[in-house]
Amino acid sequence: MIPAAFEYHRPADVQAAIRVLQDHGDEARVLAGGHSLIPMMKLRMAELGHLVDLQDIAELKGISVEGATVSIGAMTTQQELIAHEELARVAPILREAALQIADPQVRYMGTVGGNVANGDPGNDMPGLMQCLGATYTLVGPGGTREVAARDFYEAAYMTDREDEEILTRITFTAPTGGYAYEKQKRKIGDYATAAAAVLIAAEGGKVTRASIAMTNLSDVPVHSGAAAEALIGTNCDEEATTAAIAAMLDDIEPTEDNRGPVEFKRHVAGVILARAIQRAWSRA
Amino acid sequence: MNEMTSPTREERAAKLKGLGCSRKRVEDVRFTQGKGNYVDDVKLPGMLHGDFVRSPYAHARVKSINTEAAMAVPGVLAVLTAKDLEPLSLHWMPTLAGDKQMVLADGKVLFQGQEVAFVVAENRYAAADGIAAVEVEYEELPVLTNPFEALQSDVVLREDLDPAAAGAHGPRKHHNHIFLWEEGDEEATNQAIDSAEVVAEEMVYYHRTHPCPLETCGTVASMDKVNGKLTVWGTFQAPHVVRTVASLLSGIEEHNIRVISPDIGGGFGNKVGVYPGYVCAIVASIVTGKPVKWIENRMDNLMATAFARDYWMKGRISATREGKITGLHCHVTADHGAFDACADPTKFPAGFFHICTGSYDIPVAYVGVDGVYTNKAPGGVAYRCSFRVTEAAYFIERMIEVLAIELGMDAAELRRINFIRKDQFPYQSALGWEYDSGDYHTAWDKALKAVGYDDLRKEQAERVEAFKRGETRKLLGIGLTHFTEIVGAGPVKNCDILGMGMFDSCEIRIHPTGSAIARLGTISQGQGHATTFAQILASEIGIPADSITIEEGDTDTAPYGLGTYGSRSTPVAGAATAMAGRKIRAKAQMIAAYLLEVHDDDVEWDVDRFVVKGAPERFKTMAEIAYAAYNQAIPGVEPGLEAVSYYDPPNMTYPFGAYICVMEIDVDTGEHQIRQFYALDDCGTRINPMVIEGQVHGGLTEALAIAMGQEIAYDEIGNVKTGTLMDFFLPTAWETPHYTTDHTETPSPHHPIGAKGVGESPNVGGVPAFSNAVHDAFRAFGLRQSHMPHDHWRIWKTAHDLGLHG
Amino acid sequence: MTKMHIKLTVNGEPKEVLAEPRELLIHTLREQLNITGPHIGCETSHCGACTVEMNGKSVKSCTVFAAQANGAEITTIEGLGTPDALHVLQRAFREHHGLQCGFCTPGMITRAHRLLQENPNPTEEEVRFGISGNLCRCTGYQNIVKSILAAAAEMNAMKEAAE
Repeated sequence: MIPAAFEYHRPADVQAAIRVLQDHGDEARVLAGGHSLIPMMKLRMAELGHLVDLQDIAELKGISVEGATVSIGAMTTQQELIAHEELARVAPILREAALQIADPQVRYMGTVGGNVANGDPGNDMPGLMQCLGATYTLVGPGGTREVAARDFYEAAYMTDREDEEILTRITFTAPTGGYAYEKQKRKIGDYATAAAAVLIAAEGGKVTRASIAMTNLSDVPVHSGAAAEALIGTNCDEEATTAAIAAMLDDIEPTEDNRGPVEFKRHVAGVILARAIQRAWSRA
Repeated sequence: MNEMTSPTREERAAKLKGLGCSRKRVEDVRFTQGKGNYVDDVKLPGMLHGDFVRSPYAHARVKSINTEAAMAVPGVLAVLTAKDLEPLSLHWMPTLAGDKQMVLADGKVLFQGQEVAFVVAENRYAAADGIAAVEVEYEELPVLTNPFEALQSDVVLREDLDPAAAGAHGPRKHHNHIFLWEEGDEEATNQAIDSAEVVAEEMVYYHRTHPCPLETCGTVASMDKVNGKLTVWGTFQAPHVVRTVASLLSGIEEHNIRVISPDIGGGFGNKVGVYPGYVCAIVASIVTGKPVKWIENRMDNLMATAFARDYWMKGRISATREGKITGLHCHVTADHGAFDACADPTKFPAGFFHICTGSYDIPVAYVGVDGVYTNKAPGGVAYRCSFRVTEAAYFIERMIEVLAIELGMDAAELRRINFIRKDQFPYQSALGWEYDSGDYHTAWDKALKAVGYDDLRKEQAERVEAFKRGETRKLLGIGLTHFTEIVGAGPVKNCDILGMGMFDSCEIRIHPTGSAIARLGTISQGQGHATTFAQILASEIGIPADSITIEEGDTDTAPYGLGTYGSRSTPVAGAATAMAGRKIRAKAQMIAAYLLEVHDDDVEWDVDRFVVKGAPERFKTMAEIAYAAYNQAIPGVEPGLEAVSYYDPPNMTYPFGAYICVMEIDVDTGEHQIRQFYALDDCGTRINPMVIEGQVHGGLTEALAIAMGQEIAYDEIGNVKTGTLMDFFLPTAWETPHYTTDHTETPSPHHPIGAKGVGESPNVGGVPAFSNAVHDAFRAFGLRQSHMPHDHWRIWKTAHDLGLHG
Repeated sequence: MTKMHIKLTVNGEPKEVLAEPRELLIHTLREQLNITGPHIGCETSHCGACTVEMNGKSVKSCTVFAAQANGAEITTIEGLGTPDALHVLQRAFREHHGLQCGFCTPGMITRAHRLLQENPNPTEEEVRFGISGNLCRCTGYQNIVKSILAAAAEMNAMKEAAE
């Protein structure tokens, strides 16, 4: 498995990277951790003339927590995200989810930005960011814009990002209350058969706020407002959970693959969501 | 001079690190430092790289191959197609099973991933670019991936074969049929079953999988045109056989071919066969006069080389109402893929599948196996088992469970009342084998006691009740297996590969200063031969294992042998080692007697020396004897101390074991968790307990993979769906449980040291243990049979079909 | 395609090679620098046989371009110990039969080395999780886990003795 030849660029800042993208159009792609892109290149399913390695761009790195606002540079690796104690304190769901991604070596290289930007429906971070209501910062030739994670994904590998834009940063408000990231997979290193991100805030034994997103159950991550709505005002009992699952099932559209047929995935999606709700509720 | 304060016998024996010692492995010193020498580490001046253009289709006519653009790629030197190989008669090659297979596509392709053209380039990057530039025009043909449909279909897969002519194993009844192979008395079997009080019938499928060693297959071929010598390094589990085949195919005299198996990164049966890559690399080296390397990538490995299993086994088993088995009937539909390239001894097209009466005293039995061509990769290798023994063990251990259900009986008890008794050995099985030794009841009782079997059954019953009350969604399965293997192929009278009898060999040279080198016809792929064969020898000749070098894998230096697979190294080459050692000792006895000035019969062997009978202070150590052999003229005795043994085993060996798996199953997600796994192995005399235990851990993990998720799956148009390690399940440390190992020791009566072999037992016994645990969890809800692999969705479907999802 | 000058520090020694940008780090190490300890097993970043340490991270060198590694510090199995002074892990793997065919071993030990840097006192579960990016087909992992735990204990004892 040998990739086709390409030219390699390693710009020192975002503007320089964008210039390479402008110069070469869809012939060029940015490279973050490379653990999705490089295997595709080795299989020659992705052939491109120019690779723009973002590793030297300092402004794409780092995690900041200011008050309730969390900002994560796109080139932050999963490992850095897991190791960040302050982040784990204010938004523990990130560590819980990141530990379920791939394996140790891949987490040293794989970045949060790459995970959210490439639009692979199997990636865990997009659903998680939708659950958190995160915002992506995109920088392009025309300047900087912000897009909600919930509006970013169009289809498998198709996102709102323009060819000449770079996703530079992810920002969200640290959630309060309970959380859970629940994922069923066949083995370490696998994508989810079904995964659920759940945030629940409660007061007086009742849910006041909830957010639910599912992964690898459609060609895009699925943020199910209706599922979250079904929990509001309840104590997450069986009835409420069943209603949330029913609402979620209306929003997902899984396809058959080696993990199993649609009927199985829909069933497992419900089970995984129920477990995530229970765990989040127990922590709320 | 003999020392007056000599060490005790026990101290001297311990110093040898012989049989029974958990000697640390000598191989590990280089492996732990990254200094192994695997085939991809072989680098020669001017070496070229070759790789294949492969078929994207499972069945298609090849209309044209245009190599022009590929030849224009910088660094590409040649593109070989079947047309180039035809003048050398190398566009097809014989298989081990009496069939032939295409080396490069000759007019059509018959499976996805089939080799179509071989691109030779200066390096692997240029080769990859060349492959991308070869233009092949295909015309798709109807695809057959199901063997039952293949036997009904008008579509002719093998147009090269005369449909009316018999194959290598007798008449063919359809153009996609390969052979019918039978053993046992069918009429008597049917009579026994038809008249029985209880009959259980089931279709047991052992799915297609793949050995998938961590190192793929590869070779470096180097034709030296100056001296006419061809040297071939490669991932060969049977280097001498490769040399003979290479000579027969190429016409190069065998003495001019040197085959070297360097370190091998796991074999598990994947590296027994001869693959098109080997042939093409050799041809390319002959054509270019330069060394040519071919290293398979992982997708090619999974798609094209050496699948295993794919047996549809239809069984009928009968018993009295009390559970005494009266007959066993089995018909197998065997999917062999596009070419019959199964790696079995020539006379056994279904290997030793007729060991399928297992550990049980079954009075009458019949087996019939129909081999079938389909549009899948050829192979049918013995993946960590003796030939088709895992299929047989899985079949009988499932049939026993199904019979237990039919009888309403505990499956442990059903086994117990049908075991071959200790006093029945040597035991003649209904299908023609002579089991050498065994003590199944002792092993079984030890195993049941170790896991607390009765308490587990109570807990299981309580769990079922709790499940029915809605208090839990997890079920408990207790997977039982008692397996009997047949390994150590094999007696030359009925076992051969391509006409070569399946003996094995050892040649020993004792050096003047009392150290030694022994060379064998086998080749380790991780089994630790350099460590354990030295232990056998240490106990035989009294030279410390640490002073013995074991060398294998170089056909210029090693004696001819049939290689390492089918757990045959210890039973056959291990026996040869002991026998060669005994020849050394016989000569040493003469030398010692001469030196001690007594008659040969007046000295006796004592650990590491010969002593004068009745005068233990008068002795000669092996070191002294070795020195004398080279430095002293002894009347009537040739100088030197060397021996060679070619060992033709009188019988196979029959290792056995009792495995118990306790598994929790999540009914809602299909996930499982292994709570306990107990493995008792009886491999006869134990050479190195540490190595045995390691083999058991590894084999069990391969069994876990196979039973719980690993498969080579095809879609309906013959695309391989499991071509990378994302989808082809190899468990990580995280999915792998902790194992408890145990043993009994029933030596083989016919093996010089009583050893039987162990490397494959855990795979043979492990698969039914895991699978039976899954089945057992659902027994209370009416499950009789479901198909492996038991991945999440299949377990979920079982639960779903049984109505357990409400 | 034009080649690039790539500078690496490998096992403490500065190295410079000419390589196409698409050259994979594993090939640079194995083919150009003759560092053949790391192996190629799956090529899709699942098996970990090619694991090396790059700037203090365990990485799968079959999924890293040499160009990405330009300027990096690389440690391979060859850099962990010498024949006369084996690393504790190298000794522990032999002592506890943590290997069979040896093909996964360099990647496995290199990974274990990093794991113990970050977690010097791991539980069995943490070891299993920590090496879950490295496949072994021979050992069933049981003795690998045992080897790593034993090495950790020995390294901790050595550290304590030194303090």
